[in-house]
Amino acid sequence: MTTNLESIVPDASVDARAKACPGPLLEAKKGIAAVAVGQTLEIMSGDAGSQEDIPAWCKKTGHEYLGFVERDGYNSLYVIRRK
Amino acid sequence: MENQTAGMQDLQRQVCDLQAQMDEIKASSLPEDKLSMVVFSGDLDRLLAAFIIATGAAAMFDEVVMFFTFWATPALRDPKKTPPAKDLMARMFGWMLPKGAGKLKLSNMHMAGLGTGMMKGLMKKKNVLSLEQLIQQAADSGVKIYVCQMSMDLMGFSKDELIDYPGLKLAGVGKFLGEAGTSKSTLFI
Repeated sequence: MTTNLESIVPDASVDARAKACPGPLLEAKKGIAAVAVGQTLEIMSGDAGSQEDIPAWCKKTGHEYLGFVERDGYNSLYVIRRK
Repeated sequence: MENQTAGMQDLQRQVCDLQAQMDEIKASSLPEDKLSMVVFSGDLDRLLAAFIIATGAAAMFDEVVMFFTFWATPALRDPKKTPPAKDLMARMFGWMLPKGAGKLKLSNMHMAGLGTGMMKGLMKKKNVLSLEQLIQQAADSGVKIYVCQMSMDLMGFSKDELIDYPGLKLAGVGKFLGEAGTSKSTLFI
C-alpha cells in the first residue's frame, strides 16, 4: 500500500459518477471482468460510501484494493484484479 | 504380528470412514455463496432497500434469491396487463392494493401522495434508481425472484398479471427454507 496512488495509470476505467448506491459496485463488477488478472481498474465514484463499499467488495471477491484519490467532486478508487 | 496387521487394517478402515463422513458433511452443510431474502412489506421505502441490497449483493455473491410474500406481492403487478376474470373478493383486493411498483407509498411521510412524490423527485435528482429501474437492474444482474403462491391465492392474483421478470416462479415456504438453509446470509424485509 506504499504505492503512490496519484501515479497509478489504470488499465481500464469505469465511470460511476452519475450513479448512486449500488451503481459503483455494479460498475466495479462489470469493469473488473473487462481487465486481465493483474491489471488495475479505476472506479470513478461520486458516492462517498464507495470508500467503504469497494474495499468490502474486494475482500469478498478476492481482488486487491489499492486505495482512492480525491478528485474534483468525485473519488478514483483503484483495484487490481487478482482472480 | 497378525494382530498388528489386523489392527492396521482396522485403523485404515476407520480413517476411510471418517474421510467419507467429512466429505458428506462438507457437501451438505457448508453454505453456498448466496443471499436469500424474504420481501414481506409493500412499502416503497422497504422495497427500495430490498432491491438496493439485492442488486448490490449480485455484485458480491454468486447467487441472490428474493421471496415475495404478503404485502410485497402487489409490487410485482404489471399495470399494463389485464387480469383474468375474478370473483368479488379478488376484485376488491385487486382494486385496493397498489397496481405495481409505481404505486407504492412511503411507510413514513406519504402525506396523501405529496411526500412520496417529493421523494421520487429527490431520488431522480440524486441519481438514485427508481424502484422500476432497480427491478430491471436486478433482472439484468440475475437476481432470482420467487413469489409466494399462497399470497397470490389469498389476494386473488394470477401469474398472468405479474411483470415479465426473467425466471420468476411461484413457490411455497419449503422453497424459501431450502434456499435459506444453504445461504450465507438471510434477510427479512
